[in-house]
Amino acid sequence: MLAGKALKNIFRRPHYGDDIILQMDAIGVGSLPIVVMIGFFSGAVIALQMSRALSQYGQVGKTGTLVSLTLVRELGPVLTAIMVAGRNSTGMASELGSMKVTEQIDAMRALGTDPIQKLVTPRLIATCVMLPLLTIIGDFVGMVGGFMIAKFVLSIESRQYWTSVWRALEWNDVTQGLLKPLVFALVVSLMGCYQGLKTTGGTQGVGRSTTQAMVLATVLIFVLDLLITDVFVSQGGS
Amino acid sequence: MPPETRTAVLRFENVTVSFDGDLALRDISFAAFEGESRIILGAAGSGKTVLLKTAMGLTKPESGKVFVFGQDISTLSEKRLFDIRGKIGMLFQESALFDSLNIEENVAYPLLNQPSIHCPKADVLPRVKQTLEFVELGGTLEKFPSELSGGMRRRAAIARAVVTEPPLQMYDSPTAGLDPITAHTIMALLIKERDVSQATTLLVTHRFQDGNLMANFRYNSEQGALEPARNGAQQKSRTTFMVMKEGRLIFESDQDAIESSNDPYITKFVKQRV
Repeated sequence: MLAGKALKNIFRRPHYGDDIILQMDAIGVGSLPIVVMIGFFSGAVIALQMSRALSQYGQVGKTGTLVSLTLVRELGPVLTAIMVAGRNSTGMASELGSMKVTEQIDAMRALGTDPIQKLVTPRLIATCVMLPLLTIIGDFVGMVGGFMIAKFVLSIESRQYWTSVWRALEWNDVTQGLLKPLVFALVVSLMGCYQGLKTTGGTQGVGRSTTQAMVLATVLIFVLDLLITDVFVSQGGS
Repeated sequence: MPPETRTAVLRFENVTVSFDGDLALRDISFAAFEGESRIILGAAGSGKTVLLKTAMGLTKPESGKVFVFGQDISTLSEKRLFDIRGKIGMLFQESALFDSLNIEENVAYPLLNQPSIHCPKADVLPRVKQTLEFVELGGTLEKFPSELSGGMRRRAAIARAVVTEPPLQMYDSPTAGLDPITAHTIMALLIKERDVSQATTLLVTHRFQDGNLMANFRYNSEQGALEPARNGAQQKSRTTFMVMKEGRLIFESDQDAIESSNDPYITKFVKQRV
């Protein structure tokens, strides 16, 4: 229901451009440090772990391939989405929830604005734009993290590493890696807003919705991740 | 003039509202006419706030009809409701100022966002300033709601409710949680607003003295203060008291009738005066 209304509002006036920009700043720029940190360290960890497994087959040179594939297909989108869910789904749920319990949502309707148009749609648009961008950044930083390990621990040549990273990626992986964050963005923003708007029961209720938003968004991210992966794998994309 | 021939500004016809099976309003019917003041008394949880929210279309009635300015709003879509809401000013119980906006932006909000109000951009700031002067809050434009005291927040919320000069004004517990002196100044402000704008006023409160002030005092624009209404009888006939209990409307009449009522629930409100 909320999803339908919020999506319909994307194409309907009035648009609240300022709110979209504001949300983009909060979601995108605000999440950048954590996404970079998580991306870097997960890339490094994958490289380290995989090199051990690969060394049994004498294929340590393939580290770049594995880092690249796991990041772009799986860990990049999922980890970034979970970080953003943790920062922003909860933020949205508590912000909208507080507005709900202090009658600000009612006041908004009373004063002539549709709360979905004014609050939900800008958050939805901002998340849908920022999450894929953050994922790309996270993926790239992860590759750099893997590269650090590859170069200084595994002493793989940098050219070999980057070539294997690049070669590993097919169009299928890239579409998968960009479709996922888009779907997760819907989950993250709508779950946060939905939980916020249905808050009842004072400040306690706000706490409850915040927790709910995080838990449900995370679970949904993993479930949808499995579904999307299944679709792509069954389509024969290796 | 008999009331039936005038068009009611607000009319409830057998309205019932429930939340998850709990009845908040049971079969409420009444009509408020132009220029009339209505005092709605009732204990906490008796349905006073729900009544106001239903009048604004914020809550949908389960059965019955709500007419605002002659139009049945119980079936209107949210979009069509905005036109009606543009004619209603509402003060929410906890003020409900947007805490991400400063006072100026809060008061300007209905002017800029209410679709039925077409206020030229250049007029917004002067009107905001004028309304804030009216509630004696000039000079707080840049402040945020959290920086103001409870009484000042209430005033800012009143300014936001009346900035569009709506012909129907509803105040939900304007004096709740305020000290007696501040409560009195807020009531004086509402009476001033009523007498200057001649708007139909609905006042929800649990204090009989608020209703008493509304019924028997008027604003003297020369002295800038309240004074007992000179022709008290005429003023009184314009003020109607309503008492709500557990979602039912159990009393509706003028001040003399409420003061002579023997109902123990009603006398509890009347006796606690000052």
